[in-house]
Amino acid sequence: MWAAIIVAGAGCYLLKLAGLSVPDQVLERPFVRRLADLIPVALLAALVAVQALSTRQELTVDARLVGLAAGAVALLARAPFLVVVIVAALTTALIRLP
Amino acid sequence: MSLLSTPQRREILIDSLGVGVATGTYGVSFGAVAVTSGLSVWQACALSIFVFTGASQFALVGVVAAGGAPMSGAATALMLGTRNTLYGFKLASLLRLRGIRRIGAAQLLIDESTAMALKPADPTDAPLGFFATGSAVFVLWNLATLVGALAGNALGDPATYGLDAAVAAAFLALLWPQLDTVHKRLTAAAAVALALILVPLTRPGLPVIAAVGVAVLAALARRTSTLRSAQSRSRG
Repeated sequence: MWAAIIVAGAGCYLLKLAGLSVPDQVLERPFVRRLADLIPVALLAALVAVQALSTRQELTVDARLVGLAAGAVALLARAPFLVVVIVAALTTALIRLP
Repeated sequence: MSLLSTPQRREILIDSLGVGVATGTYGVSFGAVAVTSGLSVWQACALSIFVFTGASQFALVGVVAAGGAPMSGAATALMLGTRNTLYGFKLASLLRLRGIRRIGAAQLLIDESTAMALKPADPTDAPLGFFATGSAVFVLWNLATLVGALAGNALGDPATYGLDAAVAAAFLALLWPQLDTVHKRLTAAAAVALALILVPLTRPGLPVIAAVGVAVLAALARRTSTLRSAQSRSRG
């Protein structure tokens, strides 16, 4: 675990430093700019799916999906980040009450 | 120029603190989720100090919580960290940092500090927005992580409190403002579909990293379609 933390820490720092140090021309390329826009979109979407619908190597539908839907409703209502997260957690917790 | 020499600069400082406080509260949820995913309090704190970029930190912890290898979590964190490289491109000409200052400033390069550096009408105020917001978020984010991690330790099973759903909702909230074009929505849908297909077939962690392939294909597809429309325009 510590090795992964060190790799992520050093890597994320170098990515930031590279941005401040590289000349503008690289970003001028439309493909680079588009890819940079799309990488977070694709990764975050995959993370939402995996986090809500899988348990290790199985696809599972459970209370998490209802919580996520409640979070989506909060987002539609333009709720701030923390409210969205709390709504999702509370909804899921309430469904799981014995 | 003194720190508070104009009302605009005073306003930037106050806004920066506000952003720091708001982001800090979100750091509490990171600390709690990290610890309930199996990290120690110190590991959670180390992530907030050294990685210091929220989406990447949540990604690493999310992959580990889903049973993935820590290194695939780190790989996902790095992919998400590429966003900060682009912020750097935007800010390099605005901040004009050299040597040791650039090395220190780089760690503060995140969504919030970029937004606050680009906000002032007067570009000479950009460094103030960047450093004030970056430092405020850094201090409060790390304090909040510690508080959240200690609280998370006392909580017990995270599922009881719906914290597993909270992580999914956190990713959705980060994704939401970015879905501003049809092309991005389709990319997101394709990434979701591929991830779900891969879950039973691959090791945990890989379905997320595979999304990078979707992003590359989507960027290429966009290129051919713009090229084609440019060609048909020049013909017509």
